[in-house]
Amino acid sequence: MNVKEKIIEKILAFCALVTVFTTIGIILILAIEAVGFFSQVSIVEFLTSTKWTPLFTQKSYGILPLLSGTFLTTVIAISVALPVGLTIAIYLNEYASKRFRQILKPLLEILAVVPTVVYGFFALMIVTPFLKTFIPELSGFNALSPGIVMGIMIIPFVSSLSEDALSSVPNSLRQASFGMGSTKFQTAFRVMVPAASSGIVVSAILAVSRAIGETMIVAIAAGQQPRFGFDPTVPIETITAYIVQVSMGDVPHGSLAYKTIFAAGITLFIFTFILNNISYWIKERYQEEYE
Amino acid sequence: MEVKSEASGPKATRVKTEPRVNSENQTYKLRAKNIDVFYGDFQAIHDISLDIIDNSITAFIGPSGCGKSTFLRLFNRMNDYIDGFSMNGQILLEGQDIYDPSVNVEELRKKIGMVFQKPNPFPKSIFENVAYGLRIQGIKDKDFIEQRVVESLKQATLFEEVKDDLDKQALALSGGQQQRLCMARTLAVKPSVLLMDEPTSALDPISTAKIEELITELKKKYTIAIVTHNMQQAGRISDNTVFLYMGKLVEYGDTQKIFTNPEKDRTQNYITGRFG
Repeated sequence: MNVKEKIIEKILAFCALVTVFTTIGIILILAIEAVGFFSQVSIVEFLTSTKWTPLFTQKSYGILPLLSGTFLTTVIAISVALPVGLTIAIYLNEYASKRFRQILKPLLEILAVVPTVVYGFFALMIVTPFLKTFIPELSGFNALSPGIVMGIMIIPFVSSLSEDALSSVPNSLRQASFGMGSTKFQTAFRVMVPAASSGIVVSAILAVSRAIGETMIVAIAAGQQPRFGFDPTVPIETITAYIVQVSMGDVPHGSLAYKTIFAAGITLFIFTFILNNISYWIKERYQEEYE
Repeated sequence: MEVKSEASGPKATRVKTEPRVNSENQTYKLRAKNIDVFYGDFQAIHDISLDIIDNSITAFIGPSGCGKSTFLRLFNRMNDYIDGFSMNGQILLEGQDIYDPSVNVEELRKKIGMVFQKPNPFPKSIFENVAYGLRIQGIKDKDFIEQRVVESLKQATLFEEVKDDLDKQALALSGGQQQRLCMARTLAVKPSVLLMDEPTSALDPISTAKIEELITELKKKYTIAIVTHNMQQAGRISDNTVFLYMGKLVEYGDTQKIFTNPEKDRTQNYITGRFG
């Protein structure tokens, strides 16, 4: 009996440690390969050059075009997801009947479980042609369409986390606001949203982090042309899409071109890591106000 | 004889010694007529009629669950948000039925302010808390708002303590200060009636004493209805006392009489602490 308990405990601990070691392993490999890359390419060039052409004969290793592409699609995505997601959260929390909320919430979550390759296909084949009717100069591959579709995909992130934040605001504040003669709208926007602001900011940051790391949609619908600039109508390439491109191509193992994906990967990792930490910090720092 | 605030209607004075129940005297601020309240199938209030006199303090006492908070919240329609709430009867404010479909609930709540059991300031600055009621009315005049904020904080006897840090977070104040801030916030929109739902039950004795002093002072300008668990408090501050039991009105009358010589045994037993 005692031995059996001990074995079970060891197995459970092992399972927990596997995830930790995997993370450490990934970071380690990223770091080692990136160090290999930076021994051949100066970090100054990496951070300042506006050309990213490691696969061409005229080689240039500036990450900025990939960053601008990532930034562009992410900004478009969040400017779709934040207003829509927040509106949904406010509606669910302040207006919708309990019954309707119970029906709508699981339906919304479906958006998050649609495979991203479906979204990518959807962006390329449906959204882009649709947008072309308004913006004739839009390229077949562009940042706008996958940005919008990615925004739709992350709406449930924003809406469900913001709704959690809103519903954790004590009812006494809502009562105080109504008691002062506020309308529902005033109560929602002048009391509830400000009181839940830390949670709403966290939801937005996590959504941004998700959008930065999103791969399939942009790989399919944004094109594969690293381009430094902020024009949403032309083909661009994001960090993630570049990594896909190189991983699938026939780049020789161990070559400098091969190592670029680790440099790009660690850049991506640093961004999402920082964002996740900021959101964690905001949560810890501001969210115990009402306890 | 006290002078009423200009906001509370045409009548200027009140007489404390007149009969209080079922009189047609016009100094009644609020009148409840044959009130039944239901939450789903449960009847919380059974056929209560009573009148609340202008510029007086009316205390509602009774054991937990007797319906005193429910009854208080009828006056500013705060029960409207509770699932399954329904009612019969009429509540008249200065002669007008406040449950009439034509009544604008937001306007009603500007006339009938409420202070809650637990201090519930908004997570904003002290200044913005008091200014809130003016801002939602669309008032933009900075000087007017500032003047009203200062005036209300003074009225709530909080100004001296906070005058140097009006931009400080309201949640940084002590519980007693927060509750006085909530009073200032309510006073800033110049209501004529103040409803208080156990306003001192979450506070220490010193803060409680300050709030009680404040309530007694406010009586000069406002009609006050207060729910309290604390018998001594009801005895100290109120002019009239309503004793409710199991959703029914047991006794309503002059506080001094209720506390020294109640008509009903049940009232006697409750007040002397034999039950409840």
